[in-house]
Amino acid sequence: MDAIFLQILNGLDKGGAYALIALGLTIIFGTLGVVNFAHGALFMLGAFCAVSIKALFSMNKVALDPTQMTAWGTPMEIRTPYIIDWFGDFGATLLDYSVPVSILIAIPVMLLLGVIMERGLIRHFYKRPHADQILVTFGLAIVLQELVKSQFGANPIPQPAPEAAQGMIDFGLAIGFDAGNVVYPAWRLIYFLFSLAIIGIVFAFLQFTTFGMVVRAGMADRETVGLLGIDIDRRFTIVFGMAAVVAGLAGAMYTPILSPDYHMGMDFLVLSFVVVVVGGMGSLGGAVAAGFLLGILQSFASMNEVKNIFPGIDQIIIYLIAVVILLVRPRGLMGRKGVMEG
Amino acid sequence: MPTRNDMLLLTGFVAVVLAAPFLFEPIGAGYPDLLQKFAIFGIFAIGFNILFGLTGYLSFGHAAFLGVGSYTAVWTFKLLSMNPLPAIVLATLFGGLFAALIGFISLRRTGIYFSILTLAFAQMSYNLAYSVLTPITNGETGLQLSQGDPRVLDIAFGRDYGAVLPSSDLFGLEMTGYPGFYFCGAMLIVCFYIALRIFRSPFGMMLRAVKSNQNRMNYTGLNTRPYALTAFIISGMYAGLAGGLLAVTDPLAGAERMQWTASGEVVLMTILGGSGTLLGPVIGAAVIKYFENIFSAFNKSMLGDIFSFLPESLQSGAVSVASLFVGEGWHLTLGAMFVLIVIFLPGGLMEGIRRIGALARRKKPGGGASASTPAE
Amino acid sequence: MASILTVQNVNKRFGGLKALDNVNLEIEAGTVHAIIGPNGAGKSTLLNCFIGRLEPDTGTVIFDGVSLLGIKPHEINQVGVSRVFQTPEVFGNLTLRDNVMIPAFAKRDGSFRINAWKGVKRETDIEAKAMAMLENVGLARKADEIAGQLSRGDKRRLELAMCLVQEPKLLLLDEPTAGMARAETNTTIDLLKKIAETGITMVVIEHDMHVVFSLADRISVLAQGTVIAEDLPERIKGNPKVQEAYLGGAHL
Repeated sequence: MDAIFLQILNGLDKGGAYALIALGLTIIFGTLGVVNFAHGALFMLGAFCAVSIKALFSMNKVALDPTQMTAWGTPMEIRTPYIIDWFGDFGATLLDYSVPVSILIAIPVMLLLGVIMERGLIRHFYKRPHADQILVTFGLAIVLQELVKSQFGANPIPQPAPEAAQGMIDFGLAIGFDAGNVVYPAWRLIYFLFSLAIIGIVFAFLQFTTFGMVVRAGMADRETVGLLGIDIDRRFTIVFGMAAVVAGLAGAMYTPILSPDYHMGMDFLVLSFVVVVVGGMGSLGGAVAAGFLLGILQSFASMNEVKNIFPGIDQIIIYLIAVVILLVRPRGLMGRKGVMEG
Repeated sequence: MPTRNDMLLLTGFVAVVLAAPFLFEPIGAGYPDLLQKFAIFGIFAIGFNILFGLTGYLSFGHAAFLGVGSYTAVWTFKLLSMNPLPAIVLATLFGGLFAALIGFISLRRTGIYFSILTLAFAQMSYNLAYSVLTPITNGETGLQLSQGDPRVLDIAFGRDYGAVLPSSDLFGLEMTGYPGFYFCGAMLIVCFYIALRIFRSPFGMMLRAVKSNQNRMNYTGLNTRPYALTAFIISGMYAGLAGGLLAVTDPLAGAERMQWTASGEVVLMTILGGSGTLLGPVIGAAVIKYFENIFSAFNKSMLGDIFSFLPESLQSGAVSVASLFVGEGWHLTLGAMFVLIVIFLPGGLMEGIRRIGALARRKKPGGGASASTPAE
Repeated sequence: MASILTVQNVNKRFGGLKALDNVNLEIEAGTVHAIIGPNGAGKSTLLNCFIGRLEPDTGTVIFDGVSLLGIKPHEINQVGVSRVFQTPEVFGNLTLRDNVMIPAFAKRDGSFRINAWKGVKRETDIEAKAMAMLENVGLARKADEIAGQLSRGDKRRLELAMCLVQEPKLLLLDEPTAGMARAETNTTIDLLKKIAETGITMVVIEHDMHVVFSLADRISVLAQGTVIAEDLPERIKGNPKVQEAYLGGAHL
């Protein structure tokens, strides 16, 4: 029982990341009518926002200390991060909290990137065939990831969670299991709550603002909204920027769980696409539900007990489910007729 | 029998392939290793074009079939014989079988769904090749020949390679260097000829109809799915053959051949040359492999030499920008080309050639305007 | 006269709305049968039940001894029913010649066949048939143009050629003159008359009474999902039930 509970917990953080990416994909497709193969790259760029902030905060001031000597008889170099040098304890806290702090930076950066992408490239493809949209965003994804590779190298760069969140939470105690049975890293729990918060904000935004209403109307019937004389162009830019921010935040906060490297974007994109297919193209609720569902199933599949019976099931479980769903319910769990068909 | 124009096209194609070592000498591509790649990836792209160019179904998973072809060929070498013929026959067969399986599921959906599904299945195959299927694929190391391989057919015919690791040979002719190229070249010619027949046949016409209007096709009494599936399987067989030939010229197979970047590469080859045209994909494949070869070879000091005419301050800037795109950065060039081609030349190089041709004819009034044959 | 299409007790509900209410129809072979009715009367729903787009809740649709229910669109075509759409559906990026050759191949080779070896250029019979049909509809000189660039009227005529080259036993026309100017409408009527003279059975759904009375041998009037009248054209004009359905009969 507690093992099952632990696996559900384990799936939640990954599921949260899938859900956030799939949500952005769905919103962009629903309103702009574009399949964004570069959406995984946005997730990856968000992660590298965190990497950059950490690097920036850790930039060292080098001072020579004549009172201490190295073994070679030269003065010892004392390295202190500038940020601590300038701000003292507050600086040290900032450095420790570089990941959460980086989301403050990631919001404007990702918004800007999203706006540039939409204005500079995607916009010119609204009227082109889907195949062209796929190809151009696919090319863009390669460009972005190769630029990151040339800047940050090919190896994963570990990002620590803040010290306070590095420990484990004995979750089992809280809900009546024996101590030590359901132990769960604190940061994963934070990530799950964070993803819930973002999902909540996005839904609230769509539900309660006029802007969100137009977006929802656009997802239901794009042509009609175009006929209403609403300034669609500007809204499209904002929608794309928003989706970029959501993907970027998902990426930045994920860095303590998975050390970011340049190809993490494509890995997550492929899985998020499957999430969208399973949830039902065009359904926001479906994207979120399927994201968590697949995250949890994947975590069950990687249990040793399961792997002993079906070796390799953890590698393919998501795809198997996609196949079954497509054969049984071709429109996905919550898909509607006529959305994204043809 | 093909028409006269097609005979000319075919004769020209055969002549270019046979004379390739001489023709490509002046641009520094006249050596067999590179020519083999031209031919192999030409086959891959021709096959992909039968699916994408004719039916419009954009697959992002064709590298999986290439990988299956390579693994099959290496296993054939290990178990049966170092002769390339059984290897490529089985590679083609298994490529087709695997394509039938994936195509059957993916083709339940069209458009974007289809692209996503093929990408997902290819990624799944790649993951599997790296993990659970290690007994078959030898995981990260890649599948290689070893001295203990049974090679039952070779033994039965009394061929013993002794203690050395053999390379593939066609009845004694080693499949490296020029013989290797001409073997691949012969396959390319066969593949091109088959594609030509398909393009000119009623079947090819039906595949174009699939791309054009599936609704009309259904109400015209045609069942669209088996047509699309057949095209998918044929292109999977081409990919399997290409993978097999890769193993023939260099008997090892690794999972990275199945990665999504490899699938993306064949898409780029096809659209760069011109999807839906006969020659385009072959040209696209050759162009990309040629530039890959050149760009990957560059390094910083060579760039420094190139930009040495610039003042010192500009030189370092130019070198650092250019170095993004060469050597390790070749993939960046590939991605940028992808974007640029889709934006500016959706019809590919063949479309470009046609436009230039049309422009030239307009400048010379009366000069052969009547003899306009579609560029293919 | 033998009836070629028999529709019996067809009902179709969409939620609470009764779209078709016990519809019975007999279409006689060799006639032009028009189905008219005010907007929302269920004309399109009925047509969609003939061609496998919709499945009726109850009832039977028998064409030439074969039930059309539960079989796929391409199978319906293969038993001899062709269809012209409200917005002409053609193969937009192929030539007119190819557009007409494709249905000719479908008629000869069935719904799926891999004939990948013999060149299209060698299929002289099929090509001759296609060209003759293009000649019939007056598009022969445009045979090498791309279909997507045609005017709406020309697309409609191309679509007719594509249907006729299959020598269907039954031709279904969904508002064949919708969106056309008067002159184009008249040439289309003339073309349809010419086709009718060859003895093909046609079912026409139409708003335009001018078109209906120029073509139809028999008319069924549909209102609120039921057939309220079925008769010869001149008798339909005087039918009080029909006039009432059309709000005083101003249209007639």
